[in-house]
Order: sequence, then C-alpha cells, then structure tokens
Amino acid sequence: MSDTPLLELRGVSKHFGAVIALHEVDFQVPPGCVTALVGDNGAGKSTLIKCVAGIYRIDGGQILFEGNPVNIHGPREAAELGIEVVYQDLALADNLDVVENMFLGREEVDQPLRTLDETKMEARARETLKSLSVTTIRSVRQTVAGLSGGQRQSVAVAKAVMWNSRLVILDEPTAALGVAQTRQVLDLVKRLAEQGLGVILISHNLHDIFEVADHITVLRLGQNVAEFKREETTEQEVVHAITAGKLTKVPGIVDEEAVA
Amino acid sequence: MSTAAPPAPSGAAGLTDAFREWWTDVREGQLGSLPIIIGLIIIAIVFQTQNDRFLTAGNFVNLIVQSAAYTTIAMGIVFVLLLGEIDLSVGYVSGVAGVIAAVLLIPDGNEVATWIAVALALGSGIAIGCLHGLIITKIGIPSFVVTLAGLIAWNGVVLLLIGARGTVVLQDDFLIGLANDFLPESTSWILWLLAVVIFAAIQLNELRVRRKASLEHDPVSLVVLRIAFLAVALGVVVWVANEDRGIPYVFLLVGFFLLFWGFVLNRTKFGRYVYAVGGSAEAARRAGINVDRIKIMCFAICSFMAAVGGLILASRLRSVDTNAGGGEILLYSIAAAVIGGTSLFGGIGHIRSALLGALVIASIDNGLGLLGLGSGEKFVITGGVLLLAVTVDSLSRRRQAQTGRA
Repeated sequence: MSDTPLLELRGVSKHFGAVIALHEVDFQVPPGCVTALVGDNGAGKSTLIKCVAGIYRIDGGQILFEGNPVNIHGPREAAELGIEVVYQDLALADNLDVVENMFLGREEVDQPLRTLDETKMEARARETLKSLSVTTIRSVRQTVAGLSGGQRQSVAVAKAVMWNSRLVILDEPTAALGVAQTRQVLDLVKRLAEQGLGVILISHNLHDIFEVADHITVLRLGQNVAEFKREETTEQEVVHAITAGKLTKVPGIVDEEAVA
Repeated sequence: MSTAAPPAPSGAAGLTDAFREWWTDVREGQLGSLPIIIGLIIIAIVFQTQNDRFLTAGNFVNLIVQSAAYTTIAMGIVFVLLLGEIDLSVGYVSGVAGVIAAVLLIPDGNEVATWIAVALALGSGIAIGCLHGLIITKIGIPSFVVTLAGLIAWNGVVLLLIGARGTVVLQDDFLIGLANDFLPESTSWILWLLAVVIFAAIQLNELRVRRKASLEHDPVSLVVLRIAFLAVALGVVVWVANEDRGIPYVFLLVGFFLLFWGFVLNRTKFGRYVYAVGGSAEAARRAGINVDRIKIMCFAICSFMAAVGGLILASRLRSVDTNAGGGEILLYSIAAAVIGGTSLFGGIGHIRSALLGALVIASIDNGLGLLGLGSGEKFVITGGVLLLAVTVDSLSRRRQAQTGRA
C-alpha cells in the first residue's frame, strides 16, 4: 500500500488547438515527500497542475489518486479529493483578516440562524497555524494587507492544509520573497511533507529545490524529460535536463505525423 | 511589524491597556469613526454659537426625521460601495417607489390597501435593482454607466407615473404617520430598556464564548463600559426627544434596518462574501463564491433601500410631485456613505457609516437653514465637508501604509 503513489499521471496529454502543452507525461507524487516540478518558462508546469486541480480537462491519458482513476471536473472536486493548490498570486482578499481568508467560501455556521461561528473558525485557524509552527503572525484578526510576503504565503499554505488535504501544490511559493521569508516558507514546505502530505513544489530556484525536495521531475516543452532523486544528482545535471533534455517527440512535427 | 510577537492569547488586560491599544491604532492611521464624531461635535458647537435654536429638543427631533431618508438610502449605497461599484440611480428609484405608493393610494374609488401599495413600491425597488445587477454582471457594462442610464430613465418613469396630476397629496394615515407621528413616552422607554438588555446579553454572551474557547477577548471592564455607553447615548436620545414631540416612528424603522443590515454584513456568509468580492473578486471566485449573484443581490438591496427611503421622503413631505427623487437626494446619500467612512474602492466600510454620514449632512443642512442661508451656501459647505472627509480618509490610509498596516 505504501508503494502506491498519492498521485499518478499516466501518459497525460493536453493541447490548446494546435499547441501541445503536455505530451504523454508520466508523473508520480509519493505521500510524505516533496516532489519538485521544474522546467523553463512554457515547459507545461502550470498546465500540468491545472489539469490536476481540475481547471483543465485532460485530452489523453489517466490521472490516478491513491491508485484509483479519477476524473476531476473543477476545483471543488479536486478539493473533495484532498487536492489543494496555492497559486502564485495567493488569492487572498487584502481587506479580510487571517481567519476570514482561511475560511473564505467554507465558513463554519451556527444553527439556527446560520450565523458565522467566529469562535470555532478562529480557534481552528489558530490551531492550524500552530501545527505548522507559524509564529510570526501577531494576531489572526489582523487584515492580510498588513502582512509581509512570507506571512501571506504562510496564510495561503495554512488555508490549503486546513481541509484534511492529502496533496498540496505550491506554485512558485518563494518567487517574491526575501532571504528570511524564503527560509520560513521552505521550513513550512518540509513540515507539510513530515506530516505525511504529498507536496508538489514548482520553482525556478534550484537552490530552494535542492534544499527541500526529495524527487525532482523535469519538464521540457510539455514532456517529462528526466526524473532525479535529490541525493543522486547535482544542480548541473538538472539544469542540463531543463535546457537540453532529450525529447521523445519534437514539437512542430506532430501535425505532419497526424496527417501521415 | 518588526517585532515578531508570539500569537498567544493575551486574555483580558485592563481598561488602560485597551485604551493604549486603541490609541496606537489611531496613531497608526486606523481612525475608525473618530473623525466623524469629532466633526459632529464641531458642527454642533459652531451652529449652537451662531443660533441657539440648533441644540433644542424640537430641532433634534427635526434632525432625526430629516436624516432618516438619507440614512436609509445611504445604507443601500454602502452595499454597492463595498463591492467597489456605484449606483447613481437611487434618487429617482426612491422617487418611483414614492410615486407608485402615492398614486395607488389616491382615494378615487380604485385605491388599494395600504400594505399592497407599500409592498408594490418596495417590490418595484427590488425589481429595479435586480435589473441593474443583471445588466452589470451578465452583459458586463460598468455600474457607473448602467445606473447613469437608470438615473435618466427612472426620472422619466416618475414623470410618466405622475402624468398630468403634477402633485399627488398623500392621504394614507399609515404612510403619513411614518415620519409625522411619534411614540408615546412610556413606549419609547420600554423599547430603550429592551434595546439595552438585548445589547448587553449579546455582548456578555460573546465574551463568555470567547473566554470559554480561551481566545483573545476584550477586558470585562471595556464590555461593561460599552454597554453603559449605549444605554446613556440611547437614553439621552429618548429623553431629549420626549422633551419635545417624542421619538418619531421613522427612528424605529431606521434603527431596525441598521441592526438588520449590520447583522447581515457581520454575521452571515452573504455579508462576508460582499466584503470578499469588494476586496478581491478573483480570490472570491477561486473560493467558490458566485460573484455575480452577490453583486446582483447588492444592487437589489441598494434599490430596495432607495424605495424605503422614497416612502420616508413622501411621508415627510406628505406628497409627491414631478420632482420626487430629484434634487440633492442622490448626491447627499452617496456623500453620506462616503463621509461615514465607506471606501469608494470596495471592501472597506460599515453600515453605521450611513447613519454617521447622514447625521453630518443633515446637521449642516439643518444648521445652515436655521441661519437663513440658501441652497447655494449649503451645497458649497456640504461639498467642502465631503472633500474634507475623503482627505482625512486618504491621509489616514497613507499613514497606515507607512506604519505597515495598510
């Protein structure tokens, strides 16, 4: 059972008109590990996570969650499976406080008037932040507008893991952060994996990836060109795969093949 | 922000700590309702020194009645401003509602029951708001343009409904009584007691629940002080009003809507979503919130409250004419919401800002009237106050940005 990957993609393809964004990608995410997804701009990283998150329908192949084939139609269904995505722009409302943001769209209500149960929400938000060892937020009742980049990232991650999620996908979580804040977020990523969650980390920063990732998957032009274990590889090797990884199918020739 | 304090619940500190915390907030630019309350005090002092009739019981009751319609319409405007939208049609929508009620109640043998006339007037408000909301969200036209078209078109509807009559005198006791009848003194004191007891129960219950969950909560002394403040403030209102004609029924109506919409905004999912859509529509959409539905509902609430305001205006004037809903109603209502502290950019504001802003505007209007000044002076001064209020807001926001609280 423990050998079953949490998430598995088998030969997943996705195209937008004539443009092939993903070509027969195989990809595995084991539980309790950080799996890094790297690749140059336009390699298909974002398309891949949007397929997993249910925003795009896949055109070919299969997605398996805990060994069972699944069809994910929309973010709601992804959330029901326990898949949560933290997007690069975080999607937090600046004018709402930390608790309000963490529960947005999934508020706890009291009967009989269906009023908001602020006490329950505040206690749970506090608990979640504590379990992630997020200690830099002064008050969970302060608005998100007053938080630093790292704190906002922490709130976004906490929001994602609060719902018994099994798989958390982080899109460029450290892109806009300073040194100390990057440290906060990387520690948080490690802690998620230690709690048994599957984590997909998308990043351009190889330094960060080598610090936290257990596995590294390289995408190039929509294809999975290499997979590494962190301990068995070097940054040079990964960079080489990103820029010159061997393609099984050269893009642009696809149409001619289809005609033939 | 520089110090990373642990988020441990600090529990109930003393009253002095609570005051110090509030003062820190003020210095960092979180002024709350402070500027408006100071403004109201200044207005009272200035007008009282100019004309000693300003602070009399009789004028106080006048002020309640005069500000009631602006408060009501401004409450609807608050919902639309919270979304970051605008509704320019509220003036004539209030006119349409007033005219519908008045025309249906003309005692010419075809008149309908009062409640039917009121229901149709308010229902037309909801329908108009839904129409605006649908056009804005489904076709994607900016609310400024849609409601500008509404301003013109609903003005036309007012003229069409009035027709050749010119003026329709209101002859329904219930509607006239709204702004012209007063509560018996004993009833007003019973309602005062009821309000204080309910407020105290809610406050103390909240304190108890938060304490039980060992969450951060206000010191007991502060809660008691808050209850005492409400009791005294409301008591003064009731006492002063009873020195003259008494509490007008319209005061109860405004109070009801204030509590009701305050409850909706602060305690329900819908209210939370209104703030979320105003703060970040994208975040709201990704959280699974039906943004269009929230917007349509807010425009419906806005036009509904305009219709209520229209009935109050008709009641106060005891008639409607071809100018119903025109004049300064629209501008005063929007100005009231903004002066009260509701941001034009969405996501920030409270329902109470409608009341505070309307009080400021009605006080100026009333005070200048007592001094015998005309509309020219009134508009110039009201414009200046609006600009001042927005300036204070803008400066305090800059201060918040500097102190990392923006």
